[in-house]
Amino acid sequence: MEKVFSEAKKAFMTGNETAAWAALAAGAEVMFGYPITPQNEIMHYWTRMAPKYDRGFLQTEDEISAGFTVCGSVQSGKKAFTATAGPGNVLMQEPFGMAEGMRLPLLAIIQQRGGPSSGTVVYSQQEVTLTTFGGNGEGHRIVYSTATHQEIYDYIIKGFNTAWTYRFPTFILGDGYQAKMREPLELYSPEDKGIKMVEPYPLIGLPGHIGEDREPKHLCNIYSLEEELYEVVMKISAEYEAISPELTEYQERECDDAEIIIVSHGVVSRAADDAVTALRAQGLKVGCFRPITLRPFPAQELKNCIQKSGAKKLLIAESAYGQLFRLVRQEIYGETVPMETLFMPGVGIIDYDIMSKIKSML
Amino acid sequence: MAMLEPVHPLTPKSWYLPSKPHKFCPGCGHGIVLKALGENIDELGIQDKTIFGCDIGCSLLAWNFFACDSTQTHHGRTTPVMVGIKRSRPELITVGYMGDGGGYSIGSQHLLNAAVRNEKVTLILVNNTNYGMTGGQMAPTTLPGQKTETSPYGRDPEQTGYPTKGPEFIAQLTPDSAYVARATVSKYNQLKRFIRNALRNQIEGNGFSFVEVLSTCPTNWRTNAQQTWRFLEDEMEPYFPVGELKSPFGKGDK
Amino acid sequence: MSLIKIALAGEGGQGVQSVAEIIAEAAYEAGKQTIYIPNFGLEQRGGVSIAFIQVSDRRIGAPKFNKADVVIALSERAVGRTAEYSDKNTLFVYDCGFAVPPEDFPKEAKKIIAIPAIDTANNELHPRVFNIIIMGAVIGLTNVVTFEAAKAALEHKLGYKFEKDPKLRELNFKAMEIGKKLGEESLSKEGVC
Ligand SMILES: Cc1ncc(C[n+]2csc(CCOP(=O)(O)OP(=O)(O)O)c2C)c(N)n1
Ligand code: SF4
Ligand SMILES: [Mg+2]
Repeated sequence: MEKVFSEAKKAFMTGNETAAWAALAAGAEVMFGYPITPQNEIMHYWTRMAPKYDRGFLQTEDEISAGFTVCGSVQSGKKAFTATAGPGNVLMQEPFGMAEGMRLPLLAIIQQRGGPSSGTVVYSQQEVTLTTFGGNGEGHRIVYSTATHQEIYDYIIKGFNTAWTYRFPTFILGDGYQAKMREPLELYSPEDKGIKMVEPYPLIGLPGHIGEDREPKHLCNIYSLEEELYEVVMKISAEYEAISPELTEYQERECDDAEIIIVSHGVVSRAADDAVTALRAQGLKVGCFRPITLRPFPAQELKNCIQKSGAKKLLIAESAYGQLFRLVRQEIYGETVPMETLFMPGVGIIDYDIMSKIKSML
Repeated sequence: MAMLEPVHPLTPKSWYLPSKPHKFCPGCGHGIVLKALGENIDELGIQDKTIFGCDIGCSLLAWNFFACDSTQTHHGRTTPVMVGIKRSRPELITVGYMGDGGGYSIGSQHLLNAAVRNEKVTLILVNNTNYGMTGGQMAPTTLPGQKTETSPYGRDPEQTGYPTKGPEFIAQLTPDSAYVARATVSKYNQLKRFIRNALRNQIEGNGFSFVEVLSTCPTNWRTNAQQTWRFLEDEMEPYFPVGELKSPFGKGDK
Repeated sequence: MSLIKIALAGEGGQGVQSVAEIIAEAAYEAGKQTIYIPNFGLEQRGGVSIAFIQVSDRRIGAPKFNKADVVIALSERAVGRTAEYSDKNTLFVYDCGFAVPPEDFPKEAKKIIAIPAIDTANNELHPRVFNIIIMGAVIGLTNVVTFEAAKAALEHKLGYKFEKDPKLRELNFKAMEIGKKLGEESLSKEGVC
């Protein structure tokens, strides 16, 4: 496949444009999608660029269809992806469930908007529960929550490799701010950074004569016996747990002696980071912890952080009403450190909000 | 000599005045469709029992357009919400208002099955050949060669098929008690008559009633007033023939 | 340079977003960290359009802010709509021509400044360059980018139009210069209306 960037290049663009370039650079072969704000421009850029790089696109009749066409495409061996938001993410839970059950290397970019229902088209972090544990399964998904345009670019490239290496559906969880704002970043071809892209391969439509060279391949997602399904789910769970340590990613800052640790993810972690800088300058012992992977969650790392610092309190800050909070609580079960919360569902959080909250906690 | 009466612009009684001026772009056809609907609601005397349901799309901008009870639904889901209301309270007059994307794309299964079941609801679908609210992507009704945000090089029927002809397929699915028509905002009297028939058909309890209305979207077409009208009359109307395809009220008006 | 936060607001069609884009582009080209968020969604029809810009030498945190260093309201309605972004450190700028109900003005501001941008555009230049005057005023008020960098960004954005009609280039650059002066003067004087 043709190299998209002959050399690394600085750019100033929106997160949606960044996402389209990243998919192109990662060698994505086809996008299936349905319009929804704030994700639209990923499709707009992709449809302009795709024919020039011999990549495909189809606007389907809805998100259910977009998700299932991606399922079909990856089964046939193509590096396919989709992008959506809000109610579109709700509809895609059905195909995402198929990808979970059948271990399909599907990649979806989610630009969270306000909910419930049609909510707003602006911004939120209210699709955390849906993206990590949506559907009628066990949350066997890999979810990267990005905070900058550089990360959108880097993690889309990485996400395709994760999906095709481990064969779990993989999500890049952004939001309306990241989608629409412009910010500087560096664009590059993965090979120039020493990243080897994993080649896609077919799961059906395999080479060779059936009966002579190979047996027919029958992909399966429904089982007649309870025990059969049990075996499958237990096997998937075991594999997911086995790979989790190598997949989890996080960032922490100033936690060694922190009395309060701010836990946040995605774009809110930028505000947390600024709040730490400002509060430290005022002599307050505050640190921050940011899960980059929400699934699998860096639980051990957060526990270590709490233990080494002897933190007196955690502050969970999110643009949702407790979705990250629930995740954190379940993941660090057994820790007794008190937790306080800053819930601002559907609105942005700035350093000032976090600092005021911290001061009220002292 | 008699005093001159002050002149008020003619506003249907069923319009909700605090929501005026409305929020559609200048030159948008939605306002014309809603005017025709409002006048019919007045003339049929059904303001108090009309439930107006709007889809997510520019139709949404009409959520408080009428002084009638109304509900917003989800993109594509207005049809089943209207069916739910009508089946539960048959005395109400349910009017679903949607775009071509909402009706023919994401909500097509609902439209098809409601038509097959001959649900006694009235649906008005505004065909502006694109997804207006989300910034002008391709719709099922986008004309061959027409450029949109997701068909930047023009719609290629080899790749994406030909425009959906909604009334034609709905007419095939429904029994004779259904009402199916296509109107255009360029022929106001006919538009108003078709919407009236679609309401009457529900009031009389006959069956499914559906009107597609060819409409304008200068914002996403990126057209001036003259080009807008030309696109409607010279491109859309020849492709999507206007007329009644099925009517329990005698011979269809072509 | 430490962080500068700017909120620009006006009616759809006034070119608020283009001005914001040019300023952000100029700052980026000058090697600054820059974030620009357009507002979006339903507001594109019938509402006030707002652009949020942040420029800094260092990495910028949250993309959103509550209080701006400079707020510029390009329409009467925009004054009331943006008052909330003003506090005691904010320069709040609007046009002398606006009839603004007193209660619409911000409760707190470092300085509330009226400039004759509309009048200057209509009488001295061309109504179409009103937004470019405003852009000049932003530069005059904040030095967020140099005049040269703004010129280059303007050229980058409108160059294709300038090629067809070089007079347009002159007109735009002049508008920016006048705007810059209005901005600078308004800092020292008690308003320039
Ligand atoms: C499940 C879901 N998917 C996508 C959207 C985004 N969306 C909102 S309106 C719209 C299209 C509107 O087009 P149309 O129905 O033709 O109405 P118009 O705006 O043109 O009148 C879309 C895709 C949504 N709200 N919900
Ligand atoms: S975008 Fe198009 S359909 Fe929507 S209000 Fe504007 S002109 Fe009308
Ligand atoms: Mg439409």
